[in-house]
Amino acid sequence: MTGRLRFLRTPSGAIGIGILTCVLLVAFVGPYLAPHSPTAVIGAPLSGASGHAPLGTDFLGRDVLSRLLYGGRSVIGLALAATALAYLIGMTIGLIAGYSRSVVDPILMRTVDVMLAFPPLLFLLVLIAGTGQSRTVMVVGVAIILAPGISRIVRTATQEVAVRGYVEAAVARGERPPAVLLREVVPNILAPVLVDVGLRFTFSILIVASVNFLGLGLQPPSSNWAVMISENRQYISLNWLSVVAPAAMIAILTIGVNLTGDAIARSLGRSYTPSTTRGVVTA
Amino acid sequence: MTALAERRAIERRSVSPVVGFLGRRLLGALAALLAASVLIFAAVQVLPGNAASAVLGRDATPQAIQILSKQMGLDRPAVTRYFDWLGGFVHGDLGVSSVALAQGQHTTVSSLISSPLKNSAILAGLAALLMIPLSLGLGALAAIRAGKPTDHVISIGSLVSISAPEFVTGSLLVALFFVGLHWLPPVAIVPPGADPLATPKELILPVVTLLFASLAAGIRMVRAGMYEALQTEYVQAARLNGLAEKRVLIRYALRNALAPSVQVLAQNLQYLVGGVIVVETVFAYPGIGSQLVSAVQNRDLTAVQSIAMLIAVVYVLINVLADLIVMLLIPKLREPA
Amino acid sequence: MNAASVPTTSAASPAISVQSLCLALATGETVVDDVSFEVPRGEILGVVGESGSGKSTVALALLGYTKPGIVVRHGSIDVGGERILGRDPREVRRLRGKVVSYVPQDPGGALNPSLRIGATILDVLRAHRTSPLDDDAVPSALGRVELDGHFAQRYPHQLSGGQQQRVVIATATVCGPPVAVLDEPTTGLDVLTQDRILRELKRLREEEQMAMVFVSHDLAVIARMADRVLVMYAGRVLEHGPAEEVIDHPRHPYTQALVAAIPDVHAPRTLRGIPGVSVGVGEWPEGCAFAPRCRHQVESCHRALPELVFARPDHSVRCFRWEDVAGAERVPAGTRSEIEASASDDLLTVTHLEACYRRGRAEQTAVHDVSFTIGRGQCVALVGESGSGKSTIGRCIVGLHHPSGGVIAFDSRPLAAAARARPLEQRRRIQIVFQNPYQSLNPRQRIGSAIERPLRVLRRLSHDDAEREVGGLLERVRLPAGVAKRFPSELSGGERQRVAVARALAAQPDLLICDEITSSLDVSVQAAVLELLQDLRRDLHLSMLFITHNLGVVASVADTVLVMERGSLCETGAVDEVLSAPTNAYTRSLLQAAPSLTEAAVAG
Repeated sequence: MTGRLRFLRTPSGAIGIGILTCVLLVAFVGPYLAPHSPTAVIGAPLSGASGHAPLGTDFLGRDVLSRLLYGGRSVIGLALAATALAYLIGMTIGLIAGYSRSVVDPILMRTVDVMLAFPPLLFLLVLIAGTGQSRTVMVVGVAIILAPGISRIVRTATQEVAVRGYVEAAVARGERPPAVLLREVVPNILAPVLVDVGLRFTFSILIVASVNFLGLGLQPPSSNWAVMISENRQYISLNWLSVVAPAAMIAILTIGVNLTGDAIARSLGRSYTPSTTRGVVTA
Repeated sequence: MTALAERRAIERRSVSPVVGFLGRRLLGALAALLAASVLIFAAVQVLPGNAASAVLGRDATPQAIQILSKQMGLDRPAVTRYFDWLGGFVHGDLGVSSVALAQGQHTTVSSLISSPLKNSAILAGLAALLMIPLSLGLGALAAIRAGKPTDHVISIGSLVSISAPEFVTGSLLVALFFVGLHWLPPVAIVPPGADPLATPKELILPVVTLLFASLAAGIRMVRAGMYEALQTEYVQAARLNGLAEKRVLIRYALRNALAPSVQVLAQNLQYLVGGVIVVETVFAYPGIGSQLVSAVQNRDLTAVQSIAMLIAVVYVLINVLADLIVMLLIPKLREPA
Repeated sequence: MNAASVPTTSAASPAISVQSLCLALATGETVVDDVSFEVPRGEILGVVGESGSGKSTVALALLGYTKPGIVVRHGSIDVGGERILGRDPREVRRLRGKVVSYVPQDPGGALNPSLRIGATILDVLRAHRTSPLDDDAVPSALGRVELDGHFAQRYPHQLSGGQQQRVVIATATVCGPPVAVLDEPTTGLDVLTQDRILRELKRLREEEQMAMVFVSHDLAVIARMADRVLVMYAGRVLEHGPAEEVIDHPRHPYTQALVAAIPDVHAPRTLRGIPGVSVGVGEWPEGCAFAPRCRHQVESCHRALPELVFARPDHSVRCFRWEDVAGAERVPAGTRSEIEASASDDLLTVTHLEACYRRGRAEQTAVHDVSFTIGRGQCVALVGESGSGKSTIGRCIVGLHHPSGGVIAFDSRPLAAAARARPLEQRRRIQIVFQNPYQSLNPRQRIGSAIERPLRVLRRLSHDDAEREVGGLLERVRLPAGVAKRFPSELSGGERQRVAVARALAAQPDLLICDEITSSLDVSVQAAVLELLQDLRRDLHLSMLFITHNLGVVASVADTVLVMERGSLCETGAVDEVLSAPTNAYTRSLLQAAPSLTEAAVAG
């Protein structure tokens, strides 16, 4: 239905999708366009912009531009994986909790609420302290952090829809719960969930990037944008591009996702409230 | 019943539900913290297999591992260790740093964090003090002028500032104010024991960075709550009864938008607790966040455990406090169900 | 003199004077066109119309208020001697509450939930009084609506709907305005509460000689309250005259059809709906807006817009053919058709039914010891106020709510509590239609799929057979076959309700439960749906359990009536007997309070 694409016509929606596309292109097509290998030393460390290296070199003498072009994939890829896993877990829990009117609902929700006791980053750090640094830990950890918030939103939406006439008509026909959930409930909770996706994805990116920045994620010589920032921070006065370029990429990525999400939300008549990115607590 | 007696009776009835509610929330918070403590303990001590070898790293000799294991008390069953730790924690004994143990020293975790705890409190406190009135003011303003340029500037501005992670905002701010303009220092290294407030210039960028994202989130939610309140029937009824617009905005709209806003502002305070972790690292500020990060980097398991638990306690208590304030603001919630 | 303005009888200038009011959307479409009327002091003008008629827009305009997006194109409004339109907004604000006040529809929503009642009233007083207030101001304001002084300390959520509305009336009248505008003030309130509020309002009119504009879609309530009536349709005035005249001898075909569509508990008859749908803003046709649906339409009705002309000195009408129409026989009311019900066979037997709701830890009894039977082909009405448990009974029968006691037997076999646990045949033979037409259809499914579902699930039809049946079912509910390809959002409330009926009929049930199915619909649409149900009942020999709070509907539709009060059955019997000679006090009070066109003068 054309209504869904209406958001593209708003200025924020168009800009959002525009810059999002640019960043995604850089991240996924970048490696094929990079002039040098991300690990090759091509000049003196921390030299400024030149014809040879348009963004200068980093603290080891590697080409900042090439590292920039290679650096997006891991950030976005890990965040995407974590978000997908989080939705798998969160939606299942949310649907079951929202639809059941028995004791299953409070039990599920209380269990999920345990995550509310942690600042998100804290949980991830504790996990990493125990199990070490690896891609799997990051993805699973972030998914566990995101899932409770998603399950809350899905649960609320499910509860709202479950009392509508068409759902009750299906129940009165004797249809089994899984059939009712899939046919009648899920298609009608997509709106709030869709709005939510942008927020969760941004949050994934933020946490994954933050963990990498702290040196507790991917190890050097990985050319992850967040790692680039942490590596070159101390030398920022010598070649500020080595920090600002990757920082700008991350900023543009998340701004793009949020602008797009906000525009989509407005076109669906809902509000986009990023307060949920900062905590597990949601409405 | 006379009006006064009736009022007293109503007041009496509304005290006990509040106390009851507080009791239930604290119990719930306690349960959550208990579960959290189990999670933390399991993640740190049980998951890696042998905690001592995790502390010492891959190159450790078997003897070194054995000595440290004994010192850390790893020969006892996990359950016993858990209760020991928890019991100690509740009494203020946060354990002995594992890394210190490995080096033959006996530094307690409490001594490691007493000064950083104070520093973080100052940092977060400053940010909170600025965030609350700014969120309320700008959020309400944006809602009142909904659809007009003021609203667009505030809304889009807050959307942009909330997007980037703290280390990105922090780095960009440093690039601008230090490298570019030479106005502010890039780090906020406070010598141990010194008062951070003595060098306010160092605190500006960290506080602003912390403020950036939390303020934006607060503004958005206050705006949403205020906007909704402005659409209500009772606001329209008040206008149609001839009340002055200013009175309507404050007494009818903002007053009812306040309760949901409190919850969001509490979420943001919680965010500040978590946000210090990265911000302190960016600016090398000696707070509890950077302590935690170095503990994780150094594999100081006991320190990680206790610091994490401490942060969780503060985090949860803010939530309970917020619920209490909300209850006091909404008369309806004070009634027995 | 312009036919649109009505000469006043009193010498003093009228309290309200509206001349040629025209309102439009900022984008250009007209919302209200050429509305004029005058209301002298102490008189009540009833404004009646269905959704889209513009009546609420006119009411709000009297306070100098237009919803965002609506502008005044031209016209003048004078209230209490003050000009309202084209005036400085601050001055208009000062008039609100002091010269003209407003009583809205939803009292619960109209009160600030975080302020005590007394504080709310004080706010209005302080906004308009310049002299210091005495301590007696609030208690006397409450006393005027017969509420005790201690209510000032309460919060709105601690009051019942009726008390809330009285508080709203108190705030609206506390500064003694000469004019009050009431927009559906009793819609949504229980019949008994509504009765009290209406009495209250009449008393206020007597004591303060207030002029009132009373807006409602319910002609029966208007008949009881108003001295003069203004009938609006698609933004225009169609008829304007004294209440008894307009209602007993309506001149405009729309008014006539409206009168014929209103159920009346004291004059049971078959209701006639108005075919077609009412027009929305921006869809006004050339000529008379009502013409497409009018029995008396002729070519000229579509080409030009009729002017308001005087049928009598104080009664104007906007119709080319009013003379022919007035003389012609009124829409044949028709007596309620007697449908043969086989007395012997009991289809449904309910014995000692108990049901409750659990809220947190508290348990609330919704239904207590209810027993009744429904015979084949019989229509049983289940009547009661909100909270009486009537919907719960319907849900228990269809398997959506678990009873906590008692037995429900269908065709001599007991029914399991949950629909899922019942055999296919039982699930198929009992069907339900819900109240809210906007939530009874899955917005993501086409109408055809929605109707097909019971065909596939309950009658095990193949995909092709099911598709073929859908067309026939839509025809049965008088909808075009093309509707099957559309989505619910493209249909009106009445059309959606018909689809819900078609979906229920798809299963070929023996018992149809109708749970307040017309409560959310406009009167004319309601009449059409009820007409349809009667025909279906006759053709298919359906048994029906008709759940409603409207006694007038009961009179037109049912054979037997069960009256519920707070969970228990207080009276049962044949409709004619119970409605004419009730034995139970509660039933009697319901009957007395029920607004009725024929008894309009009596309740007073």
